[in-house]
Amino acid sequence: MSAMTAMPYTRITAIGEHRPAGSLSNDELAARGLDTTDEWIRTRTGIVTRHVAAADETVVSMGVDAAAKALAGAGLTGGDIDLVVLATCTIRNAIPGGAARIATEVGAHGVGAFDVNAACGGFCYALSVASDAIRAGSARRVLVVGSEKLTDWLDWTDRGTCILFGDGAAAVVVEPADEPGIGPVAWGSDGTAYASVSVPEGDWAIRMDGPAVFRWATTQLAPVARRACELAGVSLDELSAFVPHQANTRIIDGLVRALKLPAHITVARDIVTTGNTSAASVPLALSSLVASGEAESGGLALLLAFGAGLTYAGQVVRIP
Amino acid sequence: MSQQEILAELAQIVNEIAGVPVGDISPEKSFLDDLDVDSLSMVEIATAAEDKFGIRIPDDDLKNLKTVGDAVNYIERAGVSV
Repeated sequence: MSAMTAMPYTRITAIGEHRPAGSLSNDELAARGLDTTDEWIRTRTGIVTRHVAAADETVVSMGVDAAAKALAGAGLTGGDIDLVVLATCTIRNAIPGGAARIATEVGAHGVGAFDVNAACGGFCYALSVASDAIRAGSARRVLVVGSEKLTDWLDWTDRGTCILFGDGAAAVVVEPADEPGIGPVAWGSDGTAYASVSVPEGDWAIRMDGPAVFRWATTQLAPVARRACELAGVSLDELSAFVPHQANTRIIDGLVRALKLPAHITVARDIVTTGNTSAASVPLALSSLVASGEAESGGLALLLAFGAGLTYAGQVVRIP
Repeated sequence: MSQQEILAELAQIVNEIAGVPVGDISPEKSFLDDLDVDSLSMVEIATAAEDKFGIRIPDDDLKNLKTVGDAVNYIERAGVSV
């Protein structure tokens, strides 16, 4: 047997996003009778407003729109893709997963397609799997989609959760490359803390122990970020952007402090207008930096996703 | 380490993390109601106190530390090693 088709390197060649037109500001949340204020939410989370999907906007439809934009950005069509990986934890029905429908709707007929559920950590898991599939010769061009409709899973009377989350999707195209463009993933999990973010047995909405998650994120994840850089053979100094999961600006600030991140590195803060979009958050934040020009194409970005499970994953990528 | 010394060290930490003037920090004060220290800052204070005093403050215990005095007593009982 000879693995003639294996490719040594991969990179993200294009990114596309879908942000629902519907939005919900802190003031609007407070006006719904929730015991909170714009200031309370801002000081604890950094969030000012978030997107809310309409009834006919689903994990699949948002994913299709983001994927179509990513394909267009790469100058490709669905027929050029041979694997679709969807990271999501909020698809309405677990059976079937959404990847096959996304593949079909973007014209990638008959290709490999599956969902990844690593909650808010999902995108970096899916990206790693996609890159490795190309490197192993199992796929040539892969569509990686993060799409979430968190608002289907929110109790609007629970101010510990409903202020945090939003809806949206983003997708990337991963292709073979002449030089390294997606570093090895640093990943892991901690099932002992599974209950700290969950839809508990017999419940229907996401519940969270905010302080416990905050402590975990601000004390345990900086070493994961450093490990991702080591695996890629990159020092923190060489990064041009840091794109952590957009869970809370105070977690982001804590990570930046813990890493002693050099000031020249752009730090994604898409959360302010987007909220926490789980598996869509890292690619949406990256997309925002690329669109605004804050992250220069060809520079190196450290992605770091983490969430329920608990799960976490991070890798260094070349910015598309 | 005496209660007075623990209080002084703790006040320094609270000042650095939450910006509360050291002079405002006394045992009867409630972190949340009097000093406006929210639950996330409490986590950061606990983490810093763990390092400073060489103790562990689990999440379940942290939730019960309502006043500065609660925290001083907890740290004292936890056996300060520094």
